[in-house]
Amino acid sequence: MVKLVINGEERRFDGDQDTPLLWVLRDEMGLTGTKYGCGIAACGACTVHIDGAPSFACVTPVGVLEGAEVTTIEGLSEKGDHPVQEAWRELNVAQCGYCQAGQIMQAAALVEQYDTVTDEDIDAVMSANLCRCGTYPRIRAAVKQASAAKSGSKAAEAQ
Amino acid sequence: MRNSSIINVSRRGILGGMGAGALILAVGLPRPGRAQEEPEFGRDAMPNGWRDDPKVFIAIAPDGIVTVTCHRQEMGQGVRTSIAMVVADELGAEWENVRVTQAPGDEEKYGNQDTDGSRSLRHHFMPLRRAGAAARTMLEQAAAEQWGVDVSEVKADGHKVRHAGSGRTLGYGELAAAAMDLDVPARDSLTLKDPSEFRYIGKNSIGLVDNMDITTGTTTYGIDVKREGMLYAVVARPPVYGGTVASLDDSAALAIDGVEKVVRIEPSEFPTEFAPLGGVAVIARNTYLAMKGRDALEIEWDNGPNADYDSETYRETLSQAANSEGGKVLRDEGDYDEAAAGAAQTVEAEYYIPHLAQAPMEPPAAVVEIKDGRAEAWACVQAPQVTKLRLAERLGLDESAVRVNVTLLGGGFGRKSKPDFVLEAGILSQAMDGAPVKLTWTREDDIHHSYYHTVSVEKMSAGLDEGGKTVAWRHRTAAPTIGSIFAPDPMQKLPFELGMGLLNMPLAIENVRAENPQAPAHVRIGWYRSVSNIPHAFAIQSFAAELAEAAGRDQKEYLLELIGPPREIDPTNQGDVWNYGENPDVYPIDTGRMAAVVEAAAEGIEWGRDMPEGQGLGIAGHYSFVSYVAVAAEVEVVDGEVRVPRVSIAIDCGAHVNPDRIRSQMEGAVIMGVGQALMTEVTFAEGRAVQDNFDTYLIPRMEEAPKRIDVHFVGNDAAYDRPLGGVGEPGLPPVVPAITNAVFAATKKRIRRLPIADQLRS
Ligand code: FES
Ligand code: FES
Repeated sequence: MVKLVINGEERRFDGDQDTPLLWVLRDEMGLTGTKYGCGIAACGACTVHIDGAPSFACVTPVGVLEGAEVTTIEGLSEKGDHPVQEAWRELNVAQCGYCQAGQIMQAAALVEQYDTVTDEDIDAVMSANLCRCGTYPRIRAAVKQASAAKSGSKAAEAQ
Repeated sequence: MRNSSIINVSRRGILGGMGAGALILAVGLPRPGRAQEEPEFGRDAMPNGWRDDPKVFIAIAPDGIVTVTCHRQEMGQGVRTSIAMVVADELGAEWENVRVTQAPGDEEKYGNQDTDGSRSLRHHFMPLRRAGAAARTMLEQAAAEQWGVDVSEVKADGHKVRHAGSGRTLGYGELAAAAMDLDVPARDSLTLKDPSEFRYIGKNSIGLVDNMDITTGTTTYGIDVKREGMLYAVVARPPVYGGTVASLDDSAALAIDGVEKVVRIEPSEFPTEFAPLGGVAVIARNTYLAMKGRDALEIEWDNGPNADYDSETYRETLSQAANSEGGKVLRDEGDYDEAAAGAAQTVEAEYYIPHLAQAPMEPPAAVVEIKDGRAEAWACVQAPQVTKLRLAERLGLDESAVRVNVTLLGGGFGRKSKPDFVLEAGILSQAMDGAPVKLTWTREDDIHHSYYHTVSVEKMSAGLDEGGKTVAWRHRTAAPTIGSIFAPDPMQKLPFELGMGLLNMPLAIENVRAENPQAPAHVRIGWYRSVSNIPHAFAIQSFAAELAEAAGRDQKEYLLELIGPPREIDPTNQGDVWNYGENPDVYPIDTGRMAAVVEAAAEGIEWGRDMPEGQGLGIAGHYSFVSYVAVAAEVEVVDGEVRVPRVSIAIDCGAHVNPDRIRSQMEGAVIMGVGQALMTEVTFAEGRAVQDNFDTYLIPRMEEAPKRIDVHFVGNDAAYDRPLGGVGEPGLPPVVPAITNAVFAATKKRIRRLPIADQLRS
C-alpha cells in the first residue's frame, strides 16, 4: 500500500504497486484531467508535478511515491487562475485541448523555475510536450505572457 | 457532362449504410431514374441534409441562459464556439449568457452531423443564422403580444426585447416560455441581420467556450468517460491487415489479479469498412491491468494475404505503374503527346509520399453500456450517425435502441470518422452482459492499426517551349484508394480523390493529361486531414518549381504565370464531377483568388530578398475544400538538417465567422506540414507498421516548429452573402511543397521523396 498527497489530500492505493501514477489518477482517483498520450515518456500529455517537479505520470510507478506530493491540473490553482491558465485562455492557446493539461503543468513549472523565460528555455523545456494540433506558437506566447505576469506580480509584492 | 449526383450517391453509399457493392456501382454510373432531376449540391446533398429549426438548436431558460445545441463535433477547429457565435449573434444574445451543449448522433433531428470535409460552417452557417433569427423573431412576437402592440414596434437585441414607443423591456428569460410556444416563422419571412450589426461573427472578441474546462482539466473526452461499475479494456489486434488469430493461450493473462475476462472479437468481413479488425480483448478493473493482461496473452497470428506487404518494395511497384502507359485516362485536353514531342525541353520528375497516421493526441477510446435492450455509447467520433447505425447492426439492435453521445475529441484528423473502436467497445459490453466497458487504444494500437493516409507515387512530365512556357503537362497518380475499405478493391481512385487537386488542377496549360494506373491496397486506407490533396499538391507544386528552374525563372513569377490570367474555371469541364460536393456555378475555381494568395504569401515572407548560404525561400499554392491557400517558407539547412524558422500562409476562404480559429487552423496546418516534410512517416515490413509510438512516429515538437508563422487573410472576408470556403483542411496541402521548394533554393537539392529525414545528410 502506498500513501501520497494528491492535490493537497491524502490518498492511498493498495492495488498493484507497479501501476503507473497516470492510471491510478485516471481510473482509481477520478482525476481524468491528466491525459494518456503515449505511455512511454514521449509526449508529455501526462505531465504532473511530483514534489514540485514536472514528471511523466505514465512512467512513474505509484509504489515509489510514498509520502510524495502530487499536483495535477485539477489542483494547480483553486479557481483556475494560475497565471499560466489565465494566459492560456487569453491567447486561446487550445485547439482540441487534449495535450493542454500537460502543457500547462510543464509551463507552470517552467515559469516557477525561471524569473524570465527565454525562447531557448521554452524550446528546451516545452519540447517534452507534443501537440498534434500544432498550438506551439501560442504556447510560446502564453508562456512568455505568464512569466511576465508572474514577475509583474512579484515586483508588485516587493513594493 | 456535369453529373454531380454521381458522387452524391457514393457519399450516401459510404456514409448512409448502402451495401458496399452498390457503392462501387454508383461511382461512375449515372443514377438511374434521376437523370432528369435537378442535381443537389452542398448541404442539400449531404445525407439527411440540414435543419434550421430554432426549437432544435436553441433553448432559453427562465433565467435567460441560452443553450445552443452544437450538432457538429469539436476536435480542435473551434466549432462549438463558432456555431454558438452564429446563433447568438442572430438571436441578439449576450455572450455571457450563452452555453453550448453537444447533440447526440441523431440526423433525423439535426441534419447531417459528419464532421469532415471542412464543411461545418460552409454548410450550416446559413441554416444556423436562420435558426437564430427565427428565435429572435419569436421573442419579439411574444413581447408584442404581451404588451398588446404591433410586432413592428419592438426590437430584440442585447438579450431583451424593447418597445420603442414606451421604452418597456422584457428579458429573453421572461419571454422564453411564451416565445417557444409560438409557431416557427416561415423561412422567407425572416430578416437576417445586416453584417454591420454583427457583434460576434467575424470578430475576434470571443474566447473558446471550453477554455475554462480545458485549462482546469475538467473536460470530458472519449477516454475520460466514467460510468458506474465500468470495466476497462484493451484489444490485441492482428498485426497485419486481414490477419486472424491462429491460436490463443490466455491462461497467464487470466491469472493476473484484476483481469476479469478475455474475449475473442471475431474478425469482420473484408474489406472491413468501419468494422473491427478482430482480435483478443482483455477486460480488467483498470486500464493498466488490461494492458498488463494483454502483454501476457500468447497469440499466434495467421497473417493472411498482406503478410508480405513491404512499403519499400511497394514504392517500386507504384513507381513502375506510374512509369507505364495504359493507366486510366481521366483528363485529356489538347494533345499531350504531340505537344511534348514538339517541346524545346522536356522535364520529368517522380514524387513519393508515404503512409501517414492521423495520430490524434487522444487515441480512439469509447464507452458502451447495454441495459434493457438499449445500448448507449460515449465516444469521440466525428460521425455519430454512422456510429449509431454500425453499432446497432453489430449488436443486433434496432437503430432506435442505440444512443451515441459525443464527447470532445482530442483531435480527429479523419481517424475518428471511422467508428471501429466504438463497435469494439459495444462487443465487449455485450460480452460482459451489458456492463459499461471503456475501450482504450494505446498509442501503439493507433500507429499499428490506423486508417492510413494512402501511399503514393506521382509521376510528372512536361514540355516547355523555346520561351520556357509550359505547353504540355502530364500527371500520373498511383495510389491505393479509400474505396478499398468499402468494397472489393477498385484499385483506382474514386471521384472525390481525383477531385482533390488532380483533375481540378487550375493551371493554364493547353495540353494536359491526367492518368491513374491501378494500385492495390494492403492496409486500411482512410481520410487524413486534406486527404488526396497531400500527394497531389506536393507533386504539382514541386513540379511547378522544377519547371521554373528549367525555364530559368523565379519560382513565384513562374507559378503565377502557370496560374494564368484571372478567370473562373468550371471544374466539371476538367472531368472533376465532384467539386467538393458543391455547385460549380456557385463555387467555380477562381484563378484570380489563387494568384492573390500566392502574392500575399510571397509578400509576407519578403519574397526576393537575398538569402545567406544554406538558406532559401520556397512557395506553393493550392485550391482545396473550395478555399485558396498559399504558403511561403523560409528554411535553413545546417549539416543536412532542415529547420523552418519562418512561414507565411495566406488564405482566402470567403467570409469569416471566427477569424481567430481560421488563424489557429492555419498555424496548426503549418506545423503538421512541417512534420510531413521533415519527419512523419509510417513504413511497413512483413505486413506490419514499423513505427510504434511517438518515439518512432515523429511529429514536430516545440523546438522544430517555426518560430514565426504569419497568417494573412486575403479576399472579401465580410462577403456574408457569398458562400463560405473550408478552413480545417485547406491549410495543409501547400505547406510541404513550400518547404521542399525552399530546401531546393537553399541547397540545390530537390526533395522528391517524403519525409526529408536524413536525405540531406552526407
Ligand atoms: S503519456 Fe506520459 S509522456 Fe506520453
Ligand atoms: S491542442 Fe490538440 S493536441 Fe494540443
